[in-house]
Amino acid sequence: MSNILSWIIWLPVIGMLVISLIPRDNSKIIKQIAAITSGIQLLLATYLWQVFDSSIGEMQFMERVEWIPSFNITYILGVDGLSLPMVLLMALIGFIGIFVSWNIDKAVKGYFSLFLLLNTGVMGVFLALDFFLFYIFWEVMLLPMYFLIGMWGGPQREYAAIKFFLYTLAGSVLMLIAILALYFTCGNTFDMLVLMETAPVALNGMLWWGMSAIKVIWVLLFIGFAIKVPVFPFHTWLPLAHVEAPTAISVILAGVLLKLGVYGILRINYTMLPDGVFWFAGALALLGLINVIWGAMCALAQKDLKKLVAYSSVNHMGYTLLGMSAVIAASGMNGSNLISAQAGVGGAVFQMFNHGTISAMLFILVGVIYDRAHHRDIEGFGGLASQMPVYTAFVAIAFFAGLGLPGFSGFVSEAMIFIGAFPVFRTIVIISTLGILLNAAYFLWAFQRMFFGPANEKYNDLPEINSRELFTVIPLAVITLFLGVYPRPFLDLVSSTLNLLIESVVTIGGYAGNL
Amino acid sequence: MSNLESLKFFWPELILSATALIAILSDLFYERKDSHKVSFWAIGGLLLTFITIRLFGGSSINGLFMGTMALDPFSEFFKILIVLSTIIVMLMSFNSSELDGYRKGEYYTIMSIMAFGLVMMTSAIDVLMFYVAIEIVSIMSFFLAGYLKRNPNSNEASLKYVIYGAFSSGVMLYGLSILFGLTGETNFFAIKNAISQLGPDSNLALILSIVFILVGLGYKISAVPFHFWTPDVYEGSPTSITAYLSVAPKAAGFALIIRFFNIAFGSNSAMGSDEWSSLNSLPWPFLIALLSAATMTIGNLVAIQQQSVKRMLAYSSIAHAGYMMMAIPVMSQSGIYGLMIYLFMYMLMNLGAFFVVMYVQDKFDGENFDAFNGLGWKMPLLGISMTLFMVALTGLPPTSGFVGKFYIFAAVIEAGNQYYWLAFVGVINSVVSLYYYIKVVRHMYFEGERSDIVSLPESKLTTSLVLVLALPTFFLGWYFSPLVEWANNSLNFFLGI
Repeated sequence: MSNILSWIIWLPVIGMLVISLIPRDNSKIIKQIAAITSGIQLLLATYLWQVFDSSIGEMQFMERVEWIPSFNITYILGVDGLSLPMVLLMALIGFIGIFVSWNIDKAVKGYFSLFLLLNTGVMGVFLALDFFLFYIFWEVMLLPMYFLIGMWGGPQREYAAIKFFLYTLAGSVLMLIAILALYFTCGNTFDMLVLMETAPVALNGMLWWGMSAIKVIWVLLFIGFAIKVPVFPFHTWLPLAHVEAPTAISVILAGVLLKLGVYGILRINYTMLPDGVFWFAGALALLGLINVIWGAMCALAQKDLKKLVAYSSVNHMGYTLLGMSAVIAASGMNGSNLISAQAGVGGAVFQMFNHGTISAMLFILVGVIYDRAHHRDIEGFGGLASQMPVYTAFVAIAFFAGLGLPGFSGFVSEAMIFIGAFPVFRTIVIISTLGILLNAAYFLWAFQRMFFGPANEKYNDLPEINSRELFTVIPLAVITLFLGVYPRPFLDLVSSTLNLLIESVVTIGGYAGNL
Repeated sequence: MSNLESLKFFWPELILSATALIAILSDLFYERKDSHKVSFWAIGGLLLTFITIRLFGGSSINGLFMGTMALDPFSEFFKILIVLSTIIVMLMSFNSSELDGYRKGEYYTIMSIMAFGLVMMTSAIDVLMFYVAIEIVSIMSFFLAGYLKRNPNSNEASLKYVIYGAFSSGVMLYGLSILFGLTGETNFFAIKNAISQLGPDSNLALILSIVFILVGLGYKISAVPFHFWTPDVYEGSPTSITAYLSVAPKAAGFALIIRFFNIAFGSNSAMGSDEWSSLNSLPWPFLIALLSAATMTIGNLVAIQQQSVKRMLAYSSIAHAGYMMMAIPVMSQSGIYGLMIYLFMYMLMNLGAFFVVMYVQDKFDGENFDAFNGLGWKMPLLGISMTLFMVALTGLPPTSGFVGKFYIFAAVIEAGNQYYWLAFVGVINSVVSLYYYIKVVRHMYFEGERSDIVSLPESKLTTSLVLVLALPTFFLGWYFSPLVEWANNSLNFFLGI
C-alpha cells in the first residue's frame, strides 16, 4: 500500500464511475455502491491511522509523480499529524453522509455521483502538497456542491447555491493570484514543502507598492480561506447554504468543508508566511472573538432550528481562530511560552475535529425532526421529550457537547484554546468567554422550547428516531464522549506535527517586527 | 525570395484557394437540394490543407513573395487553429436547420475563402498583405453574417457589420498610410529599422498611426471600445457563423497584432523587454492593459443582463477577448504562448457552447434561457457537455478553460507587480462570469420538468461532434503538456531562440 493516499482520494471517483454505468432505476444498488465505496475509504483511512507514526512530525506516505514538467507542476501527496485527523473526519462523515441521505429519491444517481465527487475534492485538498494540485481539488469541490444544494435543497436552494458558489469562487481566485505570486517570487515551484523553506527568505523585505509582499500574499490567501471558514464579514453565505442544503450536505458542509479554511491557514499561511502570522495574530484573535460573539448572538435570535445550528458553526469556528492566534505565545518577545502555544494550536485543531463530529451530529438530528414534522420552527414544538424520548436523549448529548459541557470533547478543546490564548490576548479571551455563556443560552433555550413544556398534541404520533438514523448518530456521539473523557489519543496524534509547526513559525518568523 | 521560388512553400494556401475554386465549380453541378454536398469538397480540401500545413511545418522562412509573407511555426500554430475551427464549423452547419431553404453551396465556398484570408493574416509581414488579408476576411464575413437573406435580423447584422467594418478598416488604412509616409516602407522589419531612425518630432504622427491601426485590429478582435458591432452581428448571423466569427477571426487578429507590434515596434530582444522601442512617450502597455480590463469588464457586465443565450455568448466572447488581451501589454514570451494556449482551449469550448445553442435553437425553438429548461434531464449527454463548456468558459478546473486562464494569469503575474491589478481585475471578472454561465446550467437542471425519458441527439454527427469538442475540453484540463510544448516550440522559432 505504498500509494494509499491516492487510493483514499480517487476511490470515490471509481465508485462514481461504477454508479454512472448503472441504469438510473436501480436506486438501491446505487446507494449500496456509494456506501461500499465510502466504507472502503473509511477502512483505508483507519488503516492509514494505524500505520501512521505519530512520533514523526514530518510528512509521511509521500507520493510524487511528474505531471506538467514545463511548469514544475507535480503530483505530490503526503499526510502528517495535521491532515490525518481531517482525513479521518472526512472518511467518517462521508460514510455517515451516505446513510443520512438514504431517503433521497429524486435523481438518486446524480446525487450519489456528486456526493462521491465532493468526497474526492475534499480528500484531495487535505492530502495535496503541490499548490497547483491543491487548487484543483479546492475548485473541484465547488461544482458538486452547487448541484447538491441547488438540486436537492430547500425552497430557496437556487439562491443559496449560487451565493455559495460565487462567494467561494471569489475567495479562491484571490488564492490563485497568491499562488502564482508565490510561484514566481519563490523559485518557480508549486511544491509546498519547498515553498515553506524558500518563501520566508525570498519574500523577506520585498515591497509591493510600498507594502510588504508578505502582507499582500497573506491577505489574499487569508480571504480565500476565511470565506470557507467562514470568518465574520464573509460568513453570510453560510446560514443560507446550511439551511437550504439537504441534511447530508449540511453535515458535510459543517462537518468538513468549514475545516478546509482553517486547515489552509495552518498549512499554508502559517508555514509559508510565518512573519505574517505575527503581523496578523492580533487581528486573527479579534476576528475569532467577533465570530464567537456574533455567531452566538445570531444563533440566539433564530427561530429556525437549522439556522441556529448553522450560526453555532460560526460561533464554534471563532474559537479555532482564537486558538490559532496563540501560536505567537511561543516567541521570545511573548515570553517563550511554548506550552500555551501548544495548547492554543492543539486546541484549535482539536476544536476543528470536535466541531466536525458535533455539528454533524446536530445537523443529522435536525434532519431527523424535519423529516417527521416537515418544519424546523423551534417554537412550533414543545414537550417532545415525552413523545420521542430516545431522540431527546441524543439531542441532549449533541446540545451539551455543542455548548462545551465538561465530559464532552468540545469542552476540552475550548478549554485548551482559552488556556493557550490567555497569556497573549488577555482581554479578548476574557470577552470571548462570554461566548460560552451565550452558547449555553441558545442551546439550552432551544432545548427547553422544543422538548419541555406542554406537549404539542399535533406530534403525539411522531415516530421515534429509527435504527438507520441511530446508526448515523451513535458513532459521532461515542467519539464526542470518548474524546471528552480521554483526549490523549487525539492530542498524541497531532502533537509532533504541531510542535514542528509552532517551532517553524516562531524561529523563521523571528524577524517579524520589521514587516 | 522571388515569387516563383516562394510558391513551393505556399502549398497549404494554394490548396486552400483551389478548394474554394473547386467548391464554386462543383456548386454549379449540384441541384438545389444537393447543394450541401459542396461541403464535402470544401472539407476535403481543408483536410488536405491541414495535412500540408503539418508536412511543411517546422521550417522558418521570413521573406516569401518578395518579403511579404513569413512561413514559421508561429503562423503554423494559428493556421492549424483556423483550419480546424473551419472544419468543425462546416460540420456543425450540416445539421443547422436555419440554413435550410437557402442554397448552401456558396456558404461553404465563402467559408473556404474566408479561411484563406485568415491563413494569410497569420503569416503577413507586409502592411499591404496584412491589409488585403484583413479585407478578404471582412468581406467574406459580411456575406456570411447576412446569409439568411429572408431573415431581417441577419440582414441587419450584415449591414451593421459592413458599416462598422468599412469604417474601422478605413481608419486603419489611414493609420497605415501615415506609417508609410513616416518610414517609406511596407515590410514590418524595414518599418522597424526606419522607425529607429526617426527623430522625436515624428512621435505624434507615429502615435496617431498606431492608434488608428489599433482601431482596425481592435475591431477584428472586438475589443472595447470597438465592440459595438459584436452583439448584433452575433445575434443576427446564423449560429454556426456566430461560432465561427467568435473564434477564427479572433485568433487571426491576435496573431496579426502579436506579429505586427512585436516585429515593427518591439525592441531587439523581441518580447523579452517590457519597453516598446520608439514609443516611450506614451505608456502603451498600460493603455492596452486598461483596454483589456475595460473589455472584459464591459463584456461581462453586459452579458449578465442578456435573456438570449446566443447574445450572452456574444458578450462573453468580448470578455474573452479581454482576457486574451491581458497577454499583450506584458509582451513577454510566456504571455504570448499563454495567449496561444488560451486560444486553442477557447476554440474548443466556445465552438462547443455555440453548437449546443444551435442544437437547442433547432429543436426547442428558441435561444433564450428558457429554451434550455430541463435539457439536462432530457438529454444527459448534451446537458453534461454544455455544463462542461460553461464551466470551462468560466475557467474552473479541471477543464481546459482553467488551463488557458492559468497560463494567461501566470504570464501577467510573472511580469511583475505593476500588473497585479490587471490579474486582479481578470480573476474578479471570472467570478462575475460564473453568474451568467452557471445560469445556463441552472436552467438545464433546476428549471422545467424533469423528464424520465432520456434521449441522444438523432443525428450521430451531432453526438460525435459534441464529444469531439467536449472530451478535449475535459482532458486538456488534466494533461496539457503536449499542447504547451507545441505552443512553446512554435513561439521559440518565431523569436529565433
